[in-house]
Amino acid sequence: MELTTGEEGTLNGDYGQVKQKAMEILVALGEIFKADRLIEISSVQVAGVSYKTIGDAGLEWIRSMSSEQVTVQATLNPAGMDLHLWKQMGIPQEFADKQLEIIDAYTNMGVKAICSCTPYLTGHSPKFGEHIAWSESSAVCYANSVLGARTNREGGPSALAAAIIGKTPNYGYHLDENRQPTLRVNVEASVYEESDFGALGATIGRIVNNGVPYFSGVKNPGADSLKSLAAALAASGGVAMYHLDGVTPEAASVNLDGVEARTFTQEDLSASYEQLSTFQSGDVDVVTIGCPHASMSEMKKVATLIKGKKVAKNTKLWIFTSLATKLMAERFGYLGDIRRAGGEVYTDCCMVVAPVEKFGFKRMAINSAKGAIYGPSTSKVDVLFGTTGRCVDIAVKGHA
Amino acid sequence: MISRGRAKGEALVSSESISFFGGVDPSTGTVMDKKHPLFNRSVAGKILVFTTGKGSTVGSYVLYQLAKNGKAPIGIICREAEPIVAVGAIMGSIPMVDQPDTFDFKDGQTVAIDGYNGLILVED
Repeated sequence: MELTTGEEGTLNGDYGQVKQKAMEILVALGEIFKADRLIEISSVQVAGVSYKTIGDAGLEWIRSMSSEQVTVQATLNPAGMDLHLWKQMGIPQEFADKQLEIIDAYTNMGVKAICSCTPYLTGHSPKFGEHIAWSESSAVCYANSVLGARTNREGGPSALAAAIIGKTPNYGYHLDENRQPTLRVNVEASVYEESDFGALGATIGRIVNNGVPYFSGVKNPGADSLKSLAAALAASGGVAMYHLDGVTPEAASVNLDGVEARTFTQEDLSASYEQLSTFQSGDVDVVTIGCPHASMSEMKKVATLIKGKKVAKNTKLWIFTSLATKLMAERFGYLGDIRRAGGEVYTDCCMVVAPVEKFGFKRMAINSAKGAIYGPSTSKVDVLFGTTGRCVDIAVKGHA
Repeated sequence: MISRGRAKGEALVSSESISFFGGVDPSTGTVMDKKHPLFNRSVAGKILVFTTGKGSTVGSYVLYQLAKNGKAPIGIICREAEPIVAVGAIMGSIPMVDQPDTFDFKDGQTVAIDGYNGLILVED
């Protein structure tokens, strides 16, 4: 990889140890993936925030870097708890203390603690063709596919390194040739609900692994469905980008010659719902919505479904979103509708990175394929994967 | 060259990939993945030789934690470096090189690596 004189200097420690470390990470990745040079970036999404996932080592690492400031717009992924309502969630004091130290360390570097996996819904939305360095697999897939920005699947440390240097190695999804489809999927199934797109993404992600699927046959999907599809593809496979015929910005200019094709039938859709669930009936401890973080239209949908009803006594209805969306949902009356029914809206965190095992939940209903994929392993819960309507219905009845 | 620095010591060799997250105990350096050929062996103080990294990206933090606890390998040789181990080695200041000319290492051999120049020297 060719480095400029300034980049060489940074690598040799001319600008201090922290910048040297950051540059070492970028150069090593560039060497591994045979990048020709570093390119400037405009935006970074930093994962590696929850104390549950990064632990004391992660906190120490961030602190070791925190004498430098980030040089581009940088935002944080969800933490392990609601930064305001953590007591109400049942988070232990010790966990909260550590979590707040992590947030402080990042904040001191200039990383904005939006603590959301949907930065693109909260004012951090790169434009078409922009080079960025994002971690958070669902946001990476959304940014490449729907926004047409360009990012690889960064890890937390490499994203932070890119934010400090303001550059990333030029390889992978930064290059045109790696944004071409590797599998055509003709969707014959009728996909309408956000969870249908999650079910589609879960199955195709497994098949395509870290390739680029090209979907056709999908009619007028909503933005929430595109988000759901991105999250599922990224969680079940290693997908960083998809194309959707007539919808995503690069779909019209791809080369489909010789690309293998398959169909996704109504039977495939039903099978995916079944595979994503580890139970289908019985009591449910918690119903969760908002993985990735709920948009305003999803808040409205849940509020409309639950308005005037009551969540069952032994069941919780938890919705996860960004602080910005929650505040607006309060203004619009959705938050009131959800709370009057006995549900709660939490911000800054989610079921994937919160210490759910400490809450005593055993059985969870969820409308997110990503959440259903991770729940059994990261949160040690059984999961029932269903539509938003079915999930709210379960919250009211207390069982499936 | 992946991660800078020089090291010399006893090789601990595996012809399989390693997931540091869930695979190695960060407080002791002991391999805790029961299915791994190095199960119950300690990576601490060794020149750890393996094919490549795998698993969760949290594995990078595990390497950093091992280094902070003084239980990290003193050097790493991978047949093919990948981002999880490479980034973790840099975070923990563990010298690391990849793509050796041949992958013909044996447990207990004395091996020296030079992470500045990407060199490996087997002493016997």
